[in-house]
Amino acid sequence: MSEIKIDCRGETCPVPLVETRKAIRKASPGDIIEITGTHPASKKEIPMAVKALGLKLLDVKEEGGEWTIKIQR
Amino acid sequence: MAEKLTIVVHSGDMDKIYSTLIIANGALSMGMEASLFFTFWGLQRLQKGGLEKGPLSKMHFLGIGKSMIKKRMNRANLTSLEKLIRDFIELGGKIIACEMTMEIMGIKKEDLREDLITDYGAVGTYIQEAKESTINLFI
Repeated sequence: MSEIKIDCRGETCPVPLVETRKAIRKASPGDIIEITGTHPASKKEIPMAVKALGLKLLDVKEEGGEWTIKIQR
Repeated sequence: MAEKLTIVVHSGDMDKIYSTLIIANGALSMGMEASLFFTFWGLQRLQKGGLEKGPLSKMHFLGIGKSMIKKRMNRANLTSLEKLIRDFIELGGKIIACEMTMEIMGIKKEDLREDLITDYGAVGTYIQEAKESTINLFI
């Protein structure tokens, strides 16, 4: 089980969502994916995608306009 | 079977190609399948070197409007059409080129970005894709 980190700070729609999906496809079951970004809509939409994909949302944090989302495949 | 999005890409306008690829990548990211059927002016964007060449659908003003919008897009750090279409392919999206348009406009396979095209077809291929889609758009 490994942990994959993606940095999408400064990126805008639809890059954070697409990069999350790309990472999920490459990950193995059980792997943890951590995405960091600043695009406000993606903070809402990545959890929506996680639900649609039937994966586990571990954590959503935000501090000073920068959010971090943790997903388990 | 996963839910599916199909879009007829009839327009070759730059802003509408952006809408197409953003929606399609969104669908793939949310776990759907996606097929894009490029026809008429849309197909011209699949010609070699043609992806970014479309005019703006409004206020193009002989290219002045487009370059202003391009500047604003760069400032907002909007990604390029090239990256969007590569991500679309990487996430398993399908691109179908309309054979009738190729005939009418005299476009040959070797004029097109064959690296991006999954299939060539006509209306039957589109209907086949569309009838099993939950979202179906014409852009």
